[in-house]
Amino acid sequence: MTRLSIPKTYKLAIGGAFPRSESGRSYTVQSADGGFLANAAQASRKDARDAVVAARAAQPGWAAATAYNRGQVLYRIAELLDGRRAQFIEEIVATEGVSAADAAVQVDAATDTWIWYAGWADKFAQVVGAGNPVAGPYFNLSVPEPTGVVAAIAPQGVTGASLLGTVAVIAPAIVSGNTVVVIADETRPLSAISLAEVLATSDVPGGVVNVLTGLPAEIAPWLASHSDVNALDMAGAGALDWVNLEIAAAETLTRIVRPVPGIPEQSLERILSFIETKTVWHTKGLL
Amino acid sequence: MGFLDYAPAPESTSILRLRPSYGLFIDGDFSDGSGAEFTTISPATEQPIARIASADAGDVDRAVAAARRAFDTTWSTMRGTDRGKYLFRIARLIQERARELAVAETFDNGKPIRESRDVDIPLVAAWFFYYAGWADKLDYAGLGAAPRPLGVAAQIIPWNFPLLMLAWKIAPALATGNTVVLKPAETTPLTALLFAEILQQADLPAGVVNIITGAGDTGAALVRHPDVDKIAFTGSTAVGREIAKAVAGRPTRVSLELGGKGANIVFDDAPLDEAVEGIVNGIFFNQGQVCCAGSRLLVQENIHEEVVARLKERLTTLRLGDPLDKNTDIGAINSAEQLARIRRLSDLGEAEGSERWTAPCEIPASGFWFAPTLFTGVTTSSTIARDEIFGPVLSVLTFRTPAEAIAKANNTPYGLSAGIWSDKGSKILAVADGLRAGVVWANTFNRFDPSSPFGGYKESGYGREGGRHGLTSYLQGGAI
Repeated sequence: MTRLSIPKTYKLAIGGAFPRSESGRSYTVQSADGGFLANAAQASRKDARDAVVAARAAQPGWAAATAYNRGQVLYRIAELLDGRRAQFIEEIVATEGVSAADAAVQVDAATDTWIWYAGWADKFAQVVGAGNPVAGPYFNLSVPEPTGVVAAIAPQGVTGASLLGTVAVIAPAIVSGNTVVVIADETRPLSAISLAEVLATSDVPGGVVNVLTGLPAEIAPWLASHSDVNALDMAGAGALDWVNLEIAAAETLTRIVRPVPGIPEQSLERILSFIETKTVWHTKGLL
Repeated sequence: MGFLDYAPAPESTSILRLRPSYGLFIDGDFSDGSGAEFTTISPATEQPIARIASADAGDVDRAVAAARRAFDTTWSTMRGTDRGKYLFRIARLIQERARELAVAETFDNGKPIRESRDVDIPLVAAWFFYYAGWADKLDYAGLGAAPRPLGVAAQIIPWNFPLLMLAWKIAPALATGNTVVLKPAETTPLTALLFAEILQQADLPAGVVNIITGAGDTGAALVRHPDVDKIAFTGSTAVGREIAKAVAGRPTRVSLELGGKGANIVFDDAPLDEAVEGIVNGIFFNQGQVCCAGSRLLVQENIHEEVVARLKERLTTLRLGDPLDKNTDIGAINSAEQLARIRRLSDLGEAEGSERWTAPCEIPASGFWFAPTLFTGVTTSSTIARDEIFGPVLSVLTFRTPAEAIAKANNTPYGLSAGIWSDKGSKILAVADGLRAGVVWANTFNRFDPSSPFGGYKESGYGREGGRHGLTSYLQGGAI
């Protein structure tokens, strides 16, 4: 006799908790062959705003963690993700309809992406910061700081991206001390929620990564126009009306990153898309 | 004469060889504009200086086409060493004509000659000298080997530091191999046009730099031009927002240096003599018409009365008057429009319950003037603590703890500059960490250097100017 399986309830991830949508809405997630997989929460405008509040609350503390510490936290995510490899492979096979081997390649790439960004945590400031030789008796230093709260739209409907694409937008934003509200892949959101479970059991403070499932076309405009969002990563917004998202973001001079086809490549440039340069001058006394 | 009275010591305008009218500088030569000609005046006397051409959409087209041609045929293919040599030439020509440029700047803008002579123009030369050296070293800019320029850069600059803002824009653009169409502000076109003559003396290839004059319409046509690859704008947050919307969906790169409401934080362990000088420099430099001005003074509560008393004493000694006089501290406000804005916001400050104090000084009969003004009893919700006044008006607030100072300093949609005054190094560094501002001055204020990145957080814009950072915003693969 086979044991009856226990289907998982997939919820949102906001502020370290896993609530249902306050709207009470859910939508059907189908397997690649059209069968029923799960009912995912369909996030509302209020869920998006709650997520921004959680991200804002978590941001100063996360940014104040030492770079060494943030690097270790990101590395810890890789450890835990690798430990739940089988679960992610199973979910990816179910949602994307790819082979187990292809799914394994994606999970391993996602794990390696965490490791790659983990290593940057205490290095990018040296690569892009500067001691400036100003013409006067001043100590003058330019350092990168996180821009604040980043709203991101994960790649949508891209095969090979349901986990990797989500990691590829979260990791470069949080490595420098930003916090994130990410809209998961609409039709394949399960890996993103399972990833949030990994984050919740790793050392990432609650609220640093908030995951919304639902309709990007419905949620993204609220995040783009939100005045407490500092940067908008439109990586997976190619099929949305992203020009209007950009116009909405311009209202508060929100930093924007344009849509990319497929999965965003891991790059220093992506880290730098979510930083501000602060230059500090200090007088030097005459001895 | 009392000990504070000085005999007049005006700088002579005879050093200027101005023409009665100036055209648009396109493709290496001056030509007529198709828009309605306007007159630039001296804000200190309201007397006309010269008639200035205005570029319409067709002229903008001509300028962009000239820049595109120069980009394709000359500038982007020239060796970096040679681009650098042109920039060195320009730097030297500016140094040679420094006094003339300082007088012209003060004449057209109204700022004291002491500032244009000792700050603006020397920095202009420094900016060209700094970026000249980068032109053949772009492999070391951090973007890999042989980074490519963007193409045609549209640059729009404000009236508060006319020639300095021109240098901030043009020097990095040319060093990286881009060509330029620059629009100076309507009220201060003069030094940009003298700069065009300098480019002719430098024998810069035609079309590499085009300077078109006009008002907001000209600027709007320029940023909306489809053949522009990069927009660099310094000015108000309102216009910056419109530019960001206008380029939505376009491949054009944008950098914006916008407004500010800088907090100048004075702790009770600050060296007070220096702090008072720094506060004065922070808000009364260039009549407060500075985007990074320290317009909100945050004083630790226990020294509030002493600092305010010392400030009033110091402000009483400032000399307001003829900007061309070498003894002048406070020059003219740049325009009638700006003066009206300063008056409106100051009146609002009074109406909302803050206590107004004005430095006693004689206001000249003609021209645009506003005496140094200080408001006490200002709260964080006061309009004068929130809105950028862009004038010689200081709003004084108090705090008790460093945490409160940081919270109040950050309580603004802007994030351009901040100041910290304390003799305790560890406190300064901790407070600097907490401030959401692109430039933080500790025990100094309003310092600028071509090697030092400058630019804002939040609604003060994005992108950095100066240093290696400023270089990358004109290269493919670079940051904003």
